[in-house]
Amino acid sequence: MNWLSAILVLGTAFLAVFWEAAFGGVRHVLGAQIDLLPPLMVYASLCTGITTVALLALAGGLWFDSLSANPLGVTVLPLFAIGFAIHIKRELILRDQTFAQLVLGLGASAAAPVLTLLLLLTMGRAPLLGWGTLWQLAVLTVGGATATPICFELFGWLQRTLVHRGATETSFRPDREIRRGR
Amino acid sequence: MLKRPHYIALGLIVLLTLAILSLPSHTTAHLKLGIGSLFLPLFGLASSTQQMAGATEEALVPRRELHKLNDDLRRENQQLRLQAMQSEETARENARLRQLVGWQHPTPWKLKLAKVVLRDPSNWWRSVQIDLGSRDGLRVDLPVLTTDGLVGRISSVSLTRSQVTLLGDPNCKVSARVENETRATGIIGASGPLETEIVELGYVSRSANLKPAQTVVTSGEGGIFPKGIPIGTIVDVQPVDYGSRTEARVKLAANLNALEEVWVMFP
Repeated sequence: MNWLSAILVLGTAFLAVFWEAAFGGVRHVLGAQIDLLPPLMVYASLCTGITTVALLALAGGLWFDSLSANPLGVTVLPLFAIGFAIHIKRELILRDQTFAQLVLGLGASAAAPVLTLLLLLTMGRAPLLGWGTLWQLAVLTVGGATATPICFELFGWLQRTLVHRGATETSFRPDREIRRGR
Repeated sequence: MLKRPHYIALGLIVLLTLAILSLPSHTTAHLKLGIGSLFLPLFGLASSTQQMAGATEEALVPRRELHKLNDDLRRENQQLRLQAMQSEETARENARLRQLVGWQHPTPWKLKLAKVVLRDPSNWWRSVQIDLGSRDGLRVDLPVLTTDGLVGRISSVSLTRSQVTLLGDPNCKVSARVENETRATGIIGASGPLETEIVELGYVSRSANLKPAQTVVTSGEGGIFPKGIPIGTIVDVQPVDYGSRTEARVKLAANLNALEEVWVMFP
C-alpha cells in the first residue's frame, strides 16, 4: 500500500467533513449540503488498495457522524459498500476517463445518502423526510458527480508534486552501441 | 474476483460497524464528542479567520457611519433603560401580589452567551454545535434562544462543546401556546426538509380559533422550556383528522439559517 496516498486521502476526508460542517454557503443557496466523502471514495476505490478504502469508510464515516446527529457509525457501511463494489470491478473501469469518473461520482453520491437513510429508518430513527428530500438528493448527486473529476485532478497533482517518480529506463545501453569506424 | 484481503476488510468493517452501532447511547454520545474533538484545532482556525474578516470589515466602515450607528445605539439604550425601569416596577408589583396571594416565586433564569461553531453536515437533521460545554455548566435539555425567540434545546454535552437540536428537527418537540382568547396549546413538531423557517403546530383543539399572524409562545408544560418564550407567528391553519383537530404552520421568530450567537438558559 502506498502510505502517502492513504494519508492524503484521509487528510482530505478530514478537511472535507470539517468544510461540510463549518461552511453552509451551499446549503443556504441550494437547500442541501454537498457530501464530499462519496467522490473521495470513488477515487480511493479506483486508485488505492482495499486497506485505504476500508480506512476511508471507517474514519470518514466516524468523523462525519461525530459532527452530525446521526447515530455513530451509520455512515460507515454505505461508504464501504460503495467503495467495495467499485474496487472489485476496477479492472473493468476506464478510470482515467472524465466521463467514467463523472458517472461513478453520480452513482456513489446518489447511493450513499439513500443507503444511509435506509439504515436510519431500519434502526427506527425518524430523519427529516418529505418531498424536499428528492431535491436534496438531486443536489447531493449532481454536486458529488461534479466533485469526482476534481478529486481525481487534485490527487493527480498531489501525486505528481509529492511522490518521487523513478527514473525511466531507456533501451539505450552504451555497451551495445555500434561504433562506426572509418 | 474476491481475494483474501477483500474478505478481511469486509468482515472487519461489518463487525466494527455493528459493534459501534450496538453500543449504549451514552457511550456513543461520549465517543462522538471525543471523535468530534479532533476538529478542535480547525474550529479555532475557522473562528480566527472569521474574526479577522470581521475586523477587516469594521476597519472599512466610514467614520461618519460609525457616528450615526453610535447615536442610534445611544437612543435605543435610553429607550431600553426606560422600559427596564417600567419592567422592574411591574416585577416589584408582581412580587408583592404574589406574596399577598401566597404564590411561590418563580426561579429567575440565567443566560449564557454561546457561539455557533458548526452545523450538522447531514441534510436530514437540524442541529448545531456551540462553544460551551459541561465545564461552563451546560447539561442536556437546557433551552437555547436568541433575542428573537426560541431556537432549540441542548441534546448532548462534552467538556467544551454542546450539540443543540433546533426547532423543526424530529427530535425537538415543544409544548406551545397560542396567544389568542382561547390560549390553546399544541405541540411544535418537525417540518419539511427544505422549510427551515417554518414548523408545524399540531394537536390543537378545533375550537382553538387559530388565525394567521397570531403569536405562538412556549407554554411551560413539559418541564424543559419556561413559559412565554416567543416561538413564531401562525402563517396558515388547516383542519386535520376530518376536522376533529387543527394544525397550523408557524413561521419561526428566530432565523435558524443565520445563527451565529445564541443564549443558553439556566434555571
